[in-house]
Amino acid sequence: MIATGMDRRAPRRATMAVGTVMLAALLAACSGTAASPAPASTPAATTPAASATPAATIAASGDLILATTTSTQDSGLLDVLVPAFEQASACKVKTVAVGSGAALKLGQDGNADVLMVHSPAAEKTFMDGGYGVNRQLLMHNMFEVVGPPADPAGIKGMTSAKDAFTKIADAKSTFVSRGDGSGTEAKELAIWKAAGITPDPAWYIKSGQGMGATLQIASEKKGYTLTDNATWLASKANLDLAPMVDSGDPSLLNIYHVIQVNPDKWPKVNAACAAAFSEYVLSPAGQKVIGGYGVDKYGQQLFVPDAGKVESTLTAP
Amino acid sequence: MSSDLVEITLLSLAVSGAATLISLLIGLPIGTWLALSRFRSRHLVLSVVNTGMALPPVVAGLFIALLLWRSGILGGLGLMYTPGAMVIAEVVIAVPVVTGLTVAGLGQLDPQLHLQLQGLGASRRQTVWWLWREARLPLLAAVMAAFGSVISEVGAAMMVGGNIAHETRVLTTSIVLETGRGEFGNAIVLGLVLLALAFIINGILTWAQQRGPRR
Repeated sequence: MIATGMDRRAPRRATMAVGTVMLAALLAACSGTAASPAPASTPAATTPAASATPAATIAASGDLILATTTSTQDSGLLDVLVPAFEQASACKVKTVAVGSGAALKLGQDGNADVLMVHSPAAEKTFMDGGYGVNRQLLMHNMFEVVGPPADPAGIKGMTSAKDAFTKIADAKSTFVSRGDGSGTEAKELAIWKAAGITPDPAWYIKSGQGMGATLQIASEKKGYTLTDNATWLASKANLDLAPMVDSGDPSLLNIYHVIQVNPDKWPKVNAACAAAFSEYVLSPAGQKVIGGYGVDKYGQQLFVPDAGKVESTLTAP
Repeated sequence: MSSDLVEITLLSLAVSGAATLISLLIGLPIGTWLALSRFRSRHLVLSVVNTGMALPPVVAGLFIALLLWRSGILGGLGLMYTPGAMVIAEVVIAVPVVTGLTVAGLGQLDPQLHLQLQGLGASRRQTVWWLWREARLPLLAAVMAAFGSVISEVGAAMMVGGNIAHETRVLTTSIVLETGRGEFGNAIVLGLVLLALAFIINGILTWAQQRGPRR
């Protein structure tokens, strides 16, 4: 029980070691927060004329919670659009990429400030409930049906998603659904409904995850899936899938809207930054960023900017 | 990628280090008190603490999110999607680990020791200090277990942090992002960095734990 010389030192070493590690962690915390740069927002904001930045983006500041779909993140669009907006304003964007369903729920509960979603029917319910204001057409691209290169259901080159789905059901080929309440899932379910088919769980899989993960599951299980073409282009190099139905079907139009959460219902939302974000992405500067995305990396536009257009005039290529 | 990697690694270390430290400040006293006291519902409390070790991190994250969302009770603090929220959630995960292992560590001490200390006239504080000294092996194991549980968890960090670039993106959430994008090479590199970080930290703690005379 009497402590020997070495015994006396060991607990002190223990305390010192734990203390050193914790101190290192705290120092890391200080340098970590210093190193994570707030984007240089103020200089750009005071030269509006040069970058054609709308007036509202200069006035707003603070944190902006943007709830959006996984497709805008998995395709990489937000990696360019958000920094562009942050440079044009004093707002700091916190992007939460969940499915459109979850994004709308966040907006409904006032836990987000602005939404960028692509689930028109659910959006309509959202707007009818008075949860959003200023719903504006933002951009569009197309959905595609992709599948295993061997194409067991024989749908390659078809121009009707509804007919392709019917063939998949007849062939009982594996089909991977998002199953997560997203805009993509909503579109997919609408196509099954139009075809009058209830998919059989024997071949119909629900991943419950985002588009990137769902595509990987489809690739591994040699199944078909519905994807937006932006995420498809950004991921296809890592997948063993090929496009099946990718043109000629107007029902595959994938339309994105930007919606501000209603500040009357939720006073705590950052309404100024939400308005600034909406204004920026719809402005010529923002639309240029959207339209230019993907051209260098993939050789084509991933999203077609649509600000100011009438939705009914949008056509499938 | 490399400057992002440094930033992400530092943030992981900062958040998990802070969470481990705070959970020690909370869990060690509570665990010591639980180990040394005797009261009617002690078994029940110990069971609850040990069950807390099985708390799924994503559930802890969800619970904290419900509090911190604007629609939640603590919504006014604006902590959602900040590293602070991640620290809070990770403290919730780590406290049961520290508490449970402290109780176990002190519980395996010779009960005569406590009596002997009191017999020698030790004050309460001195008694606790000497007991901690004697139990330093399991207590350091508790520190390593707590750190391990928070540096590697992803559910809570995703839920309350949101994996926001340059703000709340840590090693584990980055791995999820890279995996979701099919960038498996990047994901594995991040995984190795995380393991290397944990190895260094645990190396220091193990060195401290294993020094001293062989038992």
